[in-house]
Amino acid sequence: MNLADALAVLVPLLRDELVVHANGFISRESFTLSDRPGNFYMIGSMGLASSIALGVALNRPERRVVVFDGDGNILMNLGSVALIGATQPQNLVHVVFDNEAYGSTGNQRTISAQVALEEIARASGYPRVRRVDTAPALLSTAQEFLAQPGPSFLLIKIEPDREERQISRITHTPPQIAARFRAEVSQQRSAIS
Amino acid sequence: MVTAPDFLRFLLDAGFDFFTGVPCSLVQSLIALLEERGGYIPETREDAAIGLAAGASLAGKQPLVIMQNSGLGVCLNALASLSLLYHLPCLLLITWRGYQGKDAPEHRIMGDILPTLLATLQIPHRILGAATVPDAIRWATETLRQSRQPVALLLPPGVLQ
Repeated sequence: MNLADALAVLVPLLRDELVVHANGFISRESFTLSDRPGNFYMIGSMGLASSIALGVALNRPERRVVVFDGDGNILMNLGSVALIGATQPQNLVHVVFDNEAYGSTGNQRTISAQVALEEIARASGYPRVRRVDTAPALLSTAQEFLAQPGPSFLLIKIEPDREERQISRITHTPPQIAARFRAEVSQQRSAIS
Repeated sequence: MVTAPDFLRFLLDAGFDFFTGVPCSLVQSLIALLEERGGYIPETREDAAIGLAAGASLAGKQPLVIMQNSGLGVCLNALASLSLLYHLPCLLLITWRGYQGKDAPEHRIMGDILPTLLATLQIPHRILGAATVPDAIRWATETLRQSRQPVALLLPPGVLQ
Protein backbone atom coordinates (compact mmCIF):
# COMPACT_ATOMS: atom_id res chain seq x y z
CA MET A 1 0.00 0.00 0.00
CA ASN A 2 1.36 3.41 -0.95
CA LEU A 3 -0.05 6.86 -0.14
CA ALA A 4 -2.42 6.89 -3.13
CA ASP A 5 -3.73 3.42 -2.23
CA ALA A 6 -4.37 4.45 1.38
CA LEU A 7 -6.14 7.66 0.32
CA ALA A 8 -8.27 5.66 -2.13
CA VAL A 9 -9.57 3.70 0.88
CA LEU A 10 -10.03 6.68 3.21
CA VAL A 11 -11.38 9.49 1.06
CA PRO A 12 -14.60 7.70 -0.07
CA LEU A 13 -15.51 7.36 3.64
CA LEU A 14 -15.52 11.15 4.16
CA ARG A 15 -18.84 13.00 4.41
CA ASP A 16 -18.97 16.28 6.38
CA GLU A 17 -15.57 15.85 7.98
CA LEU A 18 -13.15 18.77 8.01
CA VAL A 19 -9.77 17.48 6.88
CA VAL A 20 -6.51 19.29 7.62
CA HIS A 21 -3.71 18.04 5.36
CA ALA A 22 0.00 18.08 6.11
CA ASN A 23 2.24 19.65 3.49
CA GLY A 24 3.93 17.80 0.67
CA PHE A 25 2.61 14.74 -1.11
CA ILE A 26 -0.19 14.22 1.43
CA SER A 27 -1.83 17.49 0.33
CA ARG A 28 -1.03 17.02 -3.34
CA GLU A 29 -2.15 13.41 -3.61
CA SER A 30 -5.44 14.07 -1.78
CA PHE A 31 -6.08 17.25 -3.82
CA THR A 32 -5.54 15.26 -7.02
CA LEU A 33 -7.78 12.39 -5.90
CA SER A 34 -10.68 14.49 -4.65
CA ASP A 35 -10.64 18.22 -3.91
CA ARG A 36 -13.34 19.31 -1.42
CA PRO A 37 -14.14 22.62 0.34
CA GLY A 38 -13.69 20.92 3.72
CA ASN A 39 -10.06 20.18 2.86
CA PHE A 40 -7.42 22.52 4.28
CA TYR A 41 -4.11 22.07 2.47
CA MET A 42 -1.15 23.25 4.52
CA ILE A 43 1.52 24.02 1.94
CA GLY A 44 4.17 25.37 4.33
CA SER A 45 4.62 25.39 8.13
CA MET A 46 5.73 21.76 8.24
CA GLY A 47 4.79 20.06 11.50
CA LEU A 48 1.75 22.15 12.28
CA ALA A 49 -1.12 20.24 10.61
CA SER A 50 -2.14 18.60 13.88
CA SER A 51 -1.97 21.95 15.74
CA ILE A 52 -4.25 23.57 13.14
CA ALA A 53 -6.66 20.63 13.33
CA LEU A 54 -6.70 20.82 17.13
CA GLY A 55 -7.49 24.54 16.95
CA VAL A 56 -10.48 23.77 14.72
CA ALA A 57 -11.61 20.75 16.75
CA LEU A 58 -11.57 22.56 20.11
CA ASN A 59 -13.68 25.38 18.73
CA ARG A 60 -16.16 23.29 16.70
CA PRO A 61 -16.87 20.32 18.96
CA GLU A 62 -19.98 19.42 16.93
CA ARG A 63 -17.91 18.86 13.76
CA ARG A 64 -15.62 15.90 13.18
CA VAL A 65 -12.09 16.99 12.31
CA VAL A 66 -9.58 14.68 10.64
CA VAL A 67 -5.90 15.41 10.22
CA PHE A 68 -3.97 13.72 7.42
CA ASP A 69 -0.49 13.85 8.92
CA GLY A 70 2.86 12.32 8.03
CA ASP A 71 5.63 10.74 10.06
CA GLY A 72 8.04 13.57 9.26
CA ASN A 73 5.42 16.15 10.16
CA ILE A 74 4.43 14.65 13.50
CA LEU A 75 8.04 14.02 14.52
CA MET A 76 8.58 17.78 14.16
CA ASN A 77 5.76 18.52 16.60
CA LEU A 78 5.40 15.71 19.13
CA GLY A 79 4.23 18.33 21.60
CA SER A 80 1.03 18.42 19.56
CA VAL A 81 0.42 14.70 20.24
CA ALA A 82 0.87 15.47 23.95
CA LEU A 83 -1.49 18.47 23.77
CA ILE A 84 -4.18 16.45 21.95
CA GLY A 85 -3.86 13.83 24.69
CA ALA A 86 -4.12 16.54 27.34
CA THR A 87 -7.14 18.31 25.81
CA GLN A 88 -9.02 15.15 24.67
CA PRO A 89 -11.03 16.50 21.72
CA GLN A 90 -13.56 13.72 21.11
CA ASN A 91 -14.16 14.96 17.56
CA LEU A 92 -10.56 14.57 16.35
CA VAL A 93 -9.25 11.69 14.23
CA HIS A 94 -5.47 11.81 13.79
CA VAL A 95 -4.34 9.83 10.74
CA VAL A 96 -0.60 9.43 10.14
CA PHE A 97 0.64 8.14 6.79
CA ASP A 98 3.97 6.64 7.83
CA ASN A 99 6.35 5.95 4.95
CA GLU A 100 9.43 6.32 7.19
CA ALA A 101 10.67 9.04 4.86
CA TYR A 102 10.64 12.72 3.98
CA GLY A 103 8.83 12.04 0.71
CA SER A 104 8.87 15.36 -1.11
CA THR A 105 12.57 16.05 -0.53
CA GLY A 106 13.82 12.74 -1.94
CA ASN A 107 12.83 10.02 0.55
CA GLN A 108 15.51 10.69 3.14
CA ARG A 109 14.73 8.50 6.13
CA THR A 110 12.88 9.66 9.23
CA ILE A 111 13.27 7.77 12.51
CA SER A 112 9.78 6.23 12.51
CA ALA A 113 11.21 2.79 11.63
CA GLN A 114 12.85 2.84 15.06
CA VAL A 115 10.15 4.66 17.03
CA ALA A 116 6.54 3.43 17.30
CA LEU A 117 4.64 6.68 16.88
CA GLU A 118 1.33 5.10 17.90
CA GLU A 119 2.83 4.25 21.31
CA ILE A 120 3.58 7.95 21.81
CA ALA A 121 -0.10 8.66 21.09
CA ARG A 122 -1.18 5.90 23.47
CA ALA A 123 1.08 7.21 26.24
CA SER A 124 -0.28 10.71 25.61
CA GLY A 125 -3.79 9.50 26.35
CA TYR A 126 -5.52 8.99 22.97
CA PRO A 127 -8.23 6.45 23.89
CA ARG A 128 -8.23 4.81 20.45
CA VAL A 129 -4.92 3.87 18.83
CA ARG A 130 -4.30 1.45 15.98
CA ARG A 131 -1.45 0.60 13.59
CA VAL A 132 -2.52 -0.87 10.22
CA ASP A 133 -0.54 -2.00 7.19
CA THR A 134 -3.16 -3.51 4.88
CA ALA A 135 -6.07 -1.96 2.96
CA PRO A 136 -8.77 -4.16 4.60
CA ALA A 137 -7.49 -3.30 8.10
CA LEU A 138 -7.37 0.37 7.13
CA LEU A 139 -10.97 0.28 5.88
CA SER A 140 -12.44 -1.35 8.98
CA THR A 141 -10.42 0.80 11.40
CA ALA A 142 -11.21 4.03 9.58
CA GLN A 143 -14.94 3.18 9.57
CA GLU A 144 -14.76 2.56 13.31
CA PHE A 145 -12.73 5.69 14.13
CA LEU A 146 -14.96 7.95 12.00
CA ALA A 147 -17.99 6.76 13.96
CA GLN A 148 -16.66 6.65 17.53
CA PRO A 149 -15.51 9.37 19.95
CA GLY A 150 -11.79 10.11 19.99
CA PRO A 151 -9.28 11.50 19.99
CA SER A 152 -8.12 8.55 17.92
CA PHE A 153 -4.79 7.84 16.29
CA LEU A 154 -4.56 5.76 13.14
CA LEU A 155 -1.04 4.96 11.98
CA ILE A 156 -0.94 3.64 8.42
CA LYS A 157 2.31 2.00 7.39
CA ILE A 158 2.82 2.73 3.69
CA GLU A 159 5.55 2.19 1.13
CA PRO A 160 7.44 5.25 0.01
CA ASP A 161 7.00 6.12 -3.69
CA ARG A 162 10.33 5.11 -5.22
CA GLU A 163 9.95 7.08 -8.41
CA GLU A 164 9.28 10.78 -8.46
CA ARG A 165 5.52 11.36 -8.59
CA GLN A 166 4.31 13.52 -11.46
CA ILE A 167 1.51 15.05 -9.48
CA SER A 168 -0.21 18.42 -9.40
CA ARG A 169 0.57 21.08 -6.86
CA ILE A 170 -2.39 22.73 -5.12
CA THR A 171 -3.87 25.18 -7.63
CA HIS A 172 -5.88 27.27 -5.14
CA THR A 173 -4.07 30.18 -3.51
CA PRO A 174 -3.55 29.91 0.25
CA PRO A 175 -6.10 32.68 0.99
CA GLN A 176 -8.62 30.82 -1.22
CA ILE A 177 -7.96 27.58 0.69
CA ALA A 178 -8.51 29.41 4.00
CA ALA A 179 -11.64 31.26 2.85
CA ARG A 180 -13.50 28.23 1.53
CA PHE A 181 -12.47 26.10 4.51
CA ARG A 182 -13.66 28.86 6.87
CA ALA A 183 -17.01 28.95 5.05
CA GLU A 184 -17.29 25.18 5.29
CA VAL A 185 -16.48 25.24 9.04
CA SER A 186 -19.22 27.81 9.65
CA GLN A 187 -21.90 25.53 8.15
CA GLN A 188 -24.17 24.12 10.82
CA ARG A 189 -23.68 20.42 10.36
CA SER A 190 -23.55 17.67 12.87
CA ALA A 191 -21.17 14.95 11.81
CA ILE A 192 -20.83 13.56 15.31
CA SER A 193 -23.20 10.67 15.81
CA MET B 1 0.96 49.65 35.96
CA VAL B 2 -2.10 47.87 34.57
CA THR B 3 -3.68 45.08 36.59
CA ALA B 4 -4.28 41.68 35.01
CA PRO B 5 -8.09 41.90 35.48
CA ASP B 6 -8.13 45.24 33.64
CA PHE B 7 -5.86 43.91 30.89
CA LEU B 8 -8.08 40.86 30.42
CA ARG B 9 -11.20 43.01 30.38
CA PHE B 10 -9.74 45.14 27.56
CA LEU B 11 -9.01 41.94 25.59
CA LEU B 12 -12.47 40.46 26.16
CA ASP B 13 -14.16 43.77 25.28
CA ALA B 14 -12.16 43.79 22.04
CA GLY B 15 -13.57 40.39 21.11
CA PHE B 16 -10.69 38.02 21.90
CA ASP B 17 -12.18 34.63 22.64
CA PHE B 18 -9.41 32.05 22.24
CA PHE B 19 -6.27 32.13 24.38
CA THR B 20 -3.10 30.09 24.09
CA GLY B 21 0.62 30.55 24.41
CA VAL B 22 3.85 29.75 26.19
CA PRO B 23 4.49 31.64 29.44
CA CYS B 24 6.87 34.38 30.51
CA SER B 25 7.27 35.73 34.03
CA LEU B 26 6.18 39.16 32.75
CA VAL B 27 2.66 37.83 32.05
CA GLN B 28 2.25 35.38 34.91
CA SER B 29 -0.64 37.37 36.42
CA LEU B 30 -2.53 37.36 33.11
CA ILE B 31 -2.01 33.64 32.48
CA ALA B 32 -3.07 32.84 36.07
CA LEU B 33 -6.25 34.81 35.47
CA LEU B 34 -6.91 33.08 32.14
CA GLU B 35 -6.42 29.69 33.79
CA GLU B 36 -8.77 30.65 36.61
CA ARG B 37 -11.36 31.71 34.03
CA GLY B 38 -10.90 28.45 32.07
CA GLY B 39 -10.23 27.79 28.40
CA TYR B 40 -6.55 28.82 28.23
CA ILE B 41 -4.55 26.22 26.27
CA PRO B 42 -0.95 25.87 27.52
CA GLU B 43 1.00 25.15 24.32
CA THR B 44 4.28 23.29 24.14
CA ARG B 45 6.02 25.57 21.62
CA GLU B 46 5.31 28.99 20.17
CA ASP B 47 5.07 27.75 16.58
CA ALA B 48 2.50 25.16 17.64
CA ALA B 49 0.59 27.99 19.34
CA ILE B 50 0.54 29.82 15.99
CA GLY B 51 -0.85 26.65 14.39
CA LEU B 52 -3.48 26.28 17.11
CA ALA B 53 -4.47 29.93 16.69
CA ALA B 54 -4.68 29.43 12.91
CA GLY B 55 -7.19 26.61 13.49
CA ALA B 56 -9.14 28.78 15.94
CA SER B 57 -9.25 31.59 13.39
CA LEU B 58 -10.51 29.18 10.71
CA ALA B 59 -13.21 28.16 13.21
CA GLY B 60 -14.35 31.77 13.52
CA LYS B 61 -12.52 32.75 16.71
CA GLN B 62 -10.38 35.83 17.41
CA PRO B 63 -7.25 34.30 18.95
CA LEU B 64 -4.58 35.72 21.25
CA VAL B 65 -1.15 34.06 21.44
CA ILE B 66 1.06 34.88 24.42
CA MET B 67 4.81 34.38 24.15
CA GLN B 68 8.18 35.67 25.28
CA ASN B 69 10.25 37.32 22.54
CA SER B 70 12.56 34.28 22.60
CA GLY B 71 9.53 32.38 21.25
CA LEU B 72 9.17 34.75 18.31
CA GLY B 73 12.36 33.17 16.98
CA VAL B 74 10.75 29.74 17.28
CA CYS B 75 7.70 30.73 15.25
CA LEU B 76 9.17 32.71 12.33
CA ASN B 77 8.32 30.03 9.76
CA ALA B 78 4.84 29.45 11.20
CA LEU B 79 4.14 33.17 10.86
CA ALA B 80 5.66 33.44 7.38
CA SER B 81 4.27 30.28 5.78
CA LEU B 82 0.96 29.96 7.66
CA SER B 83 -0.52 33.09 9.27
CA LEU B 84 0.83 35.64 6.79
CA LEU B 85 0.51 33.36 3.76
CA TYR B 86 -3.11 32.28 4.40
CA HIS B 87 -4.33 35.59 5.89
CA LEU B 88 -5.10 34.12 9.31
CA PRO B 89 -5.25 36.92 11.89
CA CYS B 90 -4.16 36.57 15.51
CA LEU B 91 -2.90 38.94 18.16
CA LEU B 92 0.60 38.22 19.43
CA LEU B 93 1.24 39.45 22.96
CA ILE B 94 5.04 39.32 23.09
CA THR B 95 6.89 40.04 26.32
CA TRP B 96 10.05 42.05 25.80
CA ARG B 97 12.93 40.45 27.64
CA GLY B 98 16.25 42.17 27.05
CA TYR B 99 14.42 45.51 26.97
CA GLN B 100 16.94 48.39 26.66
CA GLY B 101 19.79 45.92 27.06
CA LYS B 102 19.05 45.26 30.72
CA ASP B 103 18.49 41.55 31.26
CA ALA B 104 20.14 38.15 31.45
CA PRO B 105 22.62 37.48 28.62
CA GLU B 106 20.36 35.01 26.77
CA HIS B 107 17.83 37.80 26.15
CA ARG B 108 20.19 40.51 24.86
CA ILE B 109 20.27 39.78 21.13
CA MET B 110 16.54 39.10 20.73
CA GLY B 111 15.83 42.07 23.00
CA ASP B 112 17.86 44.34 20.70
CA ILE B 113 16.36 43.15 17.41
CA LEU B 114 12.71 42.60 18.41
CA PRO B 115 11.07 45.60 16.66
CA THR B 116 13.38 45.22 13.63
CA LEU B 117 12.48 41.54 13.33
CA LEU B 118 8.75 42.29 13.38
CA ALA B 119 9.23 45.06 10.81
CA THR B 120 11.17 42.65 8.58
CA LEU B 121 8.28 40.17 8.83
CA GLN B 122 5.91 43.08 8.03
CA ILE B 123 3.93 42.40 11.19
CA PRO B 124 2.44 45.68 12.52
CA HIS B 125 3.25 46.23 16.18
CA ARG B 126 3.02 48.69 19.05
CA ILE B 127 4.81 48.91 22.36
CA LEU B 128 2.53 48.81 25.38
CA GLY B 129 2.85 51.45 28.11
CA ALA B 130 0.87 51.62 31.35
CA ALA B 131 -1.31 54.45 30.04
CA THR B 132 -1.72 53.18 26.48
CA VAL B 133 -2.99 49.61 26.93
CA PRO B 134 -6.67 50.23 26.00
CA ASP B 135 -5.71 52.30 22.94
CA ALA B 136 -3.12 49.77 21.80
CA ILE B 137 -5.53 46.85 22.11
CA ARG B 138 -8.17 48.82 20.17
CA TRP B 139 -5.59 49.63 17.46
CA ALA B 140 -4.42 46.00 17.30
CA THR B 141 -7.97 44.70 16.99
CA GLU B 142 -8.88 47.09 14.17
CA THR B 143 -5.61 46.37 12.40
CA LEU B 144 -5.94 42.60 12.50
CA ARG B 145 -9.58 42.74 11.38
CA GLN B 146 -8.71 44.97 8.44
CA SER B 147 -5.41 43.41 7.43
CA ARG B 148 -6.42 39.75 8.09
CA GLN B 149 -2.93 39.03 9.40
CA PRO B 150 -1.06 38.78 12.72
CA VAL B 151 -0.49 41.94 14.74
CA ALA B 152 1.85 42.22 17.73
CA LEU B 153 1.76 44.08 21.03
CA LEU B 154 5.10 44.25 22.82
CA LEU B 155 5.04 44.17 26.60
CA PRO B 156 8.14 45.64 28.31
CA PRO B 157 8.78 45.04 32.03
CA GLY B 158 6.88 47.26 34.46
CA VAL B 159 3.63 47.64 32.48
CA LEU B 160 1.51 44.68 33.66
CA GLN B 161 1.16 44.23 37.39
